[in-house]
Amino acid sequence: MNEPSARSVDVLVVGAGPAGLAAATRLAARGAGRVLVLDREQQPGGVPRHCEQRGFGPPGRWWTGPEYAARAAEAAVGAGAELSCGTTALGWAGPTTLDTTGPQGPERITARTVVLATGARERPRSARLVPGTRPAGVLTTGELQQTVHLYGQQAGRRAVVVGAEPVAYVALDALRRAGTETVAMVTGLPRSQAHAARAQWARLVGRVPLLTGAEVVEVLGRPRLTGLRLRRHDGRGAVLACDTVVFTGDFTPDQVLARQGGIALDAGTRGPAVDAAFRTSHPGVFAVGSVLHAAESARVAAHEGALAARSVLCHLTGPGRWPTAGATVRVEPPLRWIAPNRLTAGAPTACTFLLRTDRFLARPLLRVSQDGRTLHCERLHRTAVPGRPVPLSGTWTAQVDQEGGAVRVEVD
Amino acid sequence: MTVTSSGPLPEETYDVAVIGAGVVGAAIARELARHRGLRIALVEAAEDVGEGTSKANTAILHTGFDAAPGSLDARLTADGSRRLARYAAEVGIPVERVGALLVAWDAEQLARLPELAGKAERNGYHDTRLLDADELHALEPRLGPGALGALEVPGESIICPWTTTLAYATHAVLAGTDLHLNCPVNGIRQDGDRHELSCARGRLSARYLVNAAGLSADTVDAMLGHHDFTVTPRRGQLIVFDTFAGDLVRHILLPVPTALGKGVLVAPTVYGNVLLGPTAEDLPDKRATESTAGGLAALTGKGRRILPALLDEEVTAVYAGLRAATGQDDYRIRAHPEQRAVTAGGIRSTGLTASMGIAAHVTGLLAEVGLDLGAAGELPPLRMPPLGRTAARPCRQSGLVAADPEYGTVVCHCELVSRGEIRDALAAPVPPRSPAGLRRRTRAGAGRCQGAWCGAALRDLLERSPVREGV
Repeated sequence: MNEPSARSVDVLVVGAGPAGLAAATRLAARGAGRVLVLDREQQPGGVPRHCEQRGFGPPGRWWTGPEYAARAAEAAVGAGAELSCGTTALGWAGPTTLDTTGPQGPERITARTVVLATGARERPRSARLVPGTRPAGVLTTGELQQTVHLYGQQAGRRAVVVGAEPVAYVALDALRRAGTETVAMVTGLPRSQAHAARAQWARLVGRVPLLTGAEVVEVLGRPRLTGLRLRRHDGRGAVLACDTVVFTGDFTPDQVLARQGGIALDAGTRGPAVDAAFRTSHPGVFAVGSVLHAAESARVAAHEGALAARSVLCHLTGPGRWPTAGATVRVEPPLRWIAPNRLTAGAPTACTFLLRTDRFLARPLLRVSQDGRTLHCERLHRTAVPGRPVPLSGTWTAQVDQEGGAVRVEVD
Repeated sequence: MTVTSSGPLPEETYDVAVIGAGVVGAAIARELARHRGLRIALVEAAEDVGEGTSKANTAILHTGFDAAPGSLDARLTADGSRRLARYAAEVGIPVERVGALLVAWDAEQLARLPELAGKAERNGYHDTRLLDADELHALEPRLGPGALGALEVPGESIICPWTTTLAYATHAVLAGTDLHLNCPVNGIRQDGDRHELSCARGRLSARYLVNAAGLSADTVDAMLGHHDFTVTPRRGQLIVFDTFAGDLVRHILLPVPTALGKGVLVAPTVYGNVLLGPTAEDLPDKRATESTAGGLAALTGKGRRILPALLDEEVTAVYAGLRAATGQDDYRIRAHPEQRAVTAGGIRSTGLTASMGIAAHVTGLLAEVGLDLGAAGELPPLRMPPLGRTAARPCRQSGLVAADPEYGTVVCHCELVSRGEIRDALAAPVPPRSPAGLRRRTRAGAGRCQGAWCGAALRDLLERSPVREGV
């Protein structure tokens, strides 16, 4: 009675967020065969499910997150993909076989190809090693959004938002919706990471002051949060009274399944290392979306899903050769990571790399080199902002010596 | 079967009131509950059992090999360890006999190992073994460079402290004990042959009294007019690393003890995480369970030396607990015959291990001061939910899910906790009253996302449960 039931599919997509659904939609529409999408949540759509703000969907559309999630799921099902929500992937039973569970019971699913689209999560307060008491009222943006938008629960009276990435402003919206006053945003950086208009609006119209160059050094209160102790970089300290704090940003890939499968991870992104065709180190296993670069917008993730579908189709119909690891791509500080980060022969050269920086960089010159040989130089015509994507063209990948050392990307 | 958390207290006179529903108080209540003729009240200041020291410790089931030979601590730890190991197997408390290695990092520490082996012998523990550096590194390949050797103590085990306290309390309640939560004791008055406890929720009277108030044992003793000891909280901060770190360490890695205490250990947990800690800081405040930047930095520094790869893994949780230090090495367990009372104070790091030994000892002392225990019977059968890494979660079991699909509906994704298990916890004899209480019973919200994905859903289930409406 404890043997799981078994079935086989052509493509198994793990995660029904923007990337997974976009990949499944394309694959099903282009005749990839039996395409099954799993999601551990009860509803498909991933993070957009609990993002009430508008701005989702193709350019020109102005959908809310839930509208977007519903449309993406409809598109996948309409194209012929099978969607299985409330189904959790438990681990691997073979190179492309996953054990799952759900209300229908444990199941063993063997696929010709697996696409990991497991997304990202925000590091909670504990992982950031913020000391202090452990009171109620300490949230991440994701938990706040679910609290407010999915469950209609209270979010306290006075909140502080830690972080100034675009997602921090999304948290601000959720707090406003919950009727919670936001007393301040706090960032260790010298300025906001959001678009200037957004930051200005929050500060001037929303009357939420942005405290820059400041860090939370202690959480106070029990059983409910009563305040946060801050320290400014100039050494001054202060206590902000609040009953809610939202730790935002600081995304990390949800790479549990990849790591359980022994798939090689990139030291920078901490997600699976992939080439420009979204191929991981394991034959038949692709990875796409925020699990590769935590975290990108739904639009970027969905675009990648569509691109990955092309690679998956090639693999399903082609000779089935899986490229062994070529050179890797590494970044130098203050760059934090780059994706894709695995170079293989035969991968698309027209790809775009995405980078992150730890510091604000005004119009940086990015240099790509291998074994001391410069392959490419490119100036970014705007400021590179921490927590926001920095693009780098992939036109140089054909020049890479597959037998050579790591390709280095640095700021000149 | 009565658990109250609000409203007036019963007017009846109990035979025994046990003050404090930590691991020690709950164990005592359970032991007394075997005597079915007794009416017992277990009185707890907090809203749940095990809310103090019992919930925040190193979760180790000791052998007692390093206790002070001849002390009460040594005797009750050895006795309690055997009893708890048996009880754990009976009711399903997660325990793993992973063994401990006392690692020597310098010549001085290495030279002390034979002495510690001798101490273990004097404590009646004969299974220790001295390892050279090669043997040590073969057993723990990820150990940092520089370790010179170790003393192996194969009997040291890891245990789930939450399930232990909860099992005791549940067993006591199932056998008829009244558990009164949210019920701090503010004063004790003698009224003839009865104690009148003045509690935050009203008066409670009992013929016999057990003080198992942990950090507040000195305060409760003072209410009885005793000033035998003062509890000085000793804070221990701990870091819990992600289950991916679980592959890095196989044993409990203990430092060689110094005059300053037992030092910082690295140990696997029964849930698959890795624990690093504790610090040891004497504090005046009995509520100072906050972590500090200095404490965490000290721990990560030590952890990096013991197990360098550990620091590359994600931190899942940080917590701090307070041990009830009394300035004395031994337990302060004392009967007050004239008052028909027993104090179980100064129960420090071995309290979890010794709990059942202490319970048997205290029950004996109650009989000595005049309590007629009557015959002891069997307790009703009890099976706790298996939270350990070695057990298959219900969502992985076809038979269970087929019989009840709620066990296949996963709510907490990190720890694979199903809605069925949460429902069961909410309907249990001692139900949770907070997300933290639910976490200790099911592990829901205890994983790497710390409730970021499931916190709102868990609060929703908790708030809609009938238990909450009744409190």
